[in-house]
Amino acid sequence: MSVNNTEMAVRYKNNFLKELEDQAEMGEWIKMCMQCGVCAGSCPTNFHPGWDHPPQEIFMMVRAGRREEVLTSNSMWMCTSCYNCYVRCPRKLPITHIMHGIANYAHRLGVAPKLQPTRNFGKIFWNNAAKTGRVNEVMLTVDLYFRNAEGKFDLMGGIKKALEMQSVAIGLVKAGRLNPLELFGGHKCKDQKGLQSMLKKARELEETRKALKAA
Amino acid sequence: MTSIVATNQTILVVGGGIAGMTAALEAAETGKQVVLVEKNPWLGGRTAQLYRYFPKMCHPTCGLEINLRRLKANPRIQVLTMAEVTGISGEAGNYSVNVTLSPRYVNNKCTACGECSKAVNSEIADAFNYNLGKVKAAYLPHDMAYPQRYVLDPSIIGTADAEAAKAACKVGAIDLDQQTETVSLNAGAIVWATGFQPYAAEKITPYRYGEFKNVITNVEFERLADPHGPTKGKILRPSDGKEAKNVAFIQCAGSRDENHLRHCSRFCCMASLKQTHYVQEAFGDEGKSTIYYIDIRAIDRFEDFYQKVKANPNVAFVKSKVARISEDKNGDPRLWGVNTEGYKRYSEPHDLVVLAVGMEPAVKGMAIPAALSEGIVADSSGFLAMNGNTGVFGAGCATNALDVNRAVQSATAAALRAIQVVNQVARAEN
Ligand SMILES: Cc1cc2nc3c(=O)[nH]c(=O)nc-3n(C[C@H](O)[C@H](O)[C@H](O)COP(=O)(O)OP(=O)(O)OC[C@H]3O[C@@H](n4cnc5c(N)ncnc54)[C@H](O)[C@@H]3O)c2cc1C
Ligand code: SF4
Ligand code: SF4
Ligand code: SF4
Ligand code: SF4
Repeated sequence: MSVNNTEMAVRYKNNFLKELEDQAEMGEWIKMCMQCGVCAGSCPTNFHPGWDHPPQEIFMMVRAGRREEVLTSNSMWMCTSCYNCYVRCPRKLPITHIMHGIANYAHRLGVAPKLQPTRNFGKIFWNNAAKTGRVNEVMLTVDLYFRNAEGKFDLMGGIKKALEMQSVAIGLVKAGRLNPLELFGGHKCKDQKGLQSMLKKARELEETRKALKAA
Repeated sequence: MTSIVATNQTILVVGGGIAGMTAALEAAETGKQVVLVEKNPWLGGRTAQLYRYFPKMCHPTCGLEINLRRLKANPRIQVLTMAEVTGISGEAGNYSVNVTLSPRYVNNKCTACGECSKAVNSEIADAFNYNLGKVKAAYLPHDMAYPQRYVLDPSIIGTADAEAAKAACKVGAIDLDQQTETVSLNAGAIVWATGFQPYAAEKITPYRYGEFKNVITNVEFERLADPHGPTKGKILRPSDGKEAKNVAFIQCAGSRDENHLRHCSRFCCMASLKQTHYVQEAFGDEGKSTIYYIDIRAIDRFEDFYQKVKANPNVAFVKSKVARISEDKNGDPRLWGVNTEGYKRYSEPHDLVVLAVGMEPAVKGMAIPAALSEGIVADSSGFLAMNGNTGVFGAGCATNALDVNRAVQSATAAALRAIQVVNQVARAEN
């Protein structure tokens, strides 16, 4: 379910911490952070460029009310779910889950960075797998690689990428992990109707829960 | 057979650290009979294992010396060393206690001449120096030990070494036939002062204690700085004996951590601030200390001490809980983390790392005798908390993470409570 960004910003005025406590999964843990720095120092992604803020910094920014910056940040999406921070945090904050909770909330508000690779891949993967209950590797590759930086279909770019990835593809085909014929409709799980009604039910439950929080 | 005079007007003190000694003295000096039970072969506890102590930077032997003099002068205190309480039954005003005594193999004729030690060849780990060195298997635990009496390690009993020690003793102080014995005694009230244990640093896995030789604990650092210690007071790092001129202190090593000890151990900020003095004292301006901390807790009147250390240009402070330690080829431990002031990443090598490990109550995991367990409850960290009308009172670090001053205060309070219980017994009997 999407929520309206401006509406939420107005509702919680200057209290971004309260907003996340109410709206983001595990958000109620953020206030427990004592800023010791262990998570930031343990995070493997922190030692790579391109990741805005480690969890410690995100939690401080939340408390400082830097709403825009946090919600549009790529940080939560860069988390690899390695759980290093989670096991080491002296205050036992479920950091990995908090990061995912904030990411999901930013996504629902529609302010998460549009083509952030993790978010983008997550969306493509989910749509692909939810269609038939089985991942169609060929279509996944097409959706992922035949797009330009703006997210538009891009045949030439895709072909170029395909050539680059040729040896990987051949390996997958040989191992029986990639069937080129899936381009024309892939394999499915047996009970298609059952699958869709299960997903529908799950979505309903999730939406009622979140609507209650947002109300 | 050891004979002990005790009635239900006697106060039993368990643990002969600074808290237990204080409780015993305070009670005895008001005229009460006291039995003091200590599991080590010597009194003083962990205070005796410090090099100097804050805030006045004096040597702990000095403070202990005064207590020992009071103790020697007081006929109402019976001291049992190498002794542990193994059973308690009864109730306030009427306890019956079993104490198990391990053999020392040396009786009170010993003059501490040291001849037995020279005669013995085998060596054992030096417990007083936190196993940093070795001592002969016939040893005086440390120079100032009370009682000033040698100990034979049980490992040599039945060997030629034991016979050699016996032959070397001119005053007939060595008795190889001593056995473990259990004695029972009465007591009206009990002071439980078993102190603390330094947190087991190897459990903090990212710090690699036990694996990297140059990562040590604060209790070990006290021994390194002490002229009576394994390096004769030279601050040399364990891997290669190099002078450790660039020392890192990691605060809250195991404390304030839900995965380890959930409490703040209170003394360890001050202990590290104090230990920067050791580095300065040993190497002058070449001695550099860096304290990695979450926040410095130099409580109430210790603030001045902190401010003075802070003003020392040779001491740096980094606001960060270190995330992990790696080891460089030359043996330097390298600290990794993020400095919270500015969120800057760092990766800093040092000569030596001192983990400011916290206090784990010595009662944690200990089988508290059945009669006590109803009256005694532990707080969420495992420290003793008393409950209701028992005649058992906690003192010192068995009840909380305390420095010497506060341990002594709590011991005096416990002694007063114990005195009230035995006074009631006395009134009832008159
Ligand atoms: C590295 C370090 C530096 C410190 N520096 C300072 C300082 O500078 N200034 C300061 O004020 N404080 C300092 N402290 C704190 C100080 O050591 C404690 O406050 C003090 O030792 C507490 O005394 P205690 O008698 O309560 O416990 P302990 O010293 O632990 O004594 C307990 C005694 O009980 C005995 N015992 C344990 N179990 C049993 C049993 N079952 N039966 C019989 N006996 C038992 C033990 O053998 C021990 O002798 C420091 C601590 C550390 C670790
Ligand atoms: S490790 Fe935990 S307490 Fe420390 S900064 Fe990270 S979230 Fe906060
Ligand atoms: S779980 Fe995510 S935030 Fe935590 S250390 Fe791993 S990558 Fe970093
Ligand atoms: S046991 Fe005997 S030889 Fe050893 S120190 Fe004592 S008196 Fe000397
Ligand atoms: S006294 Fe300092 S080092 Fe010790 S646990 Fe408390 S904050 Fe940490």
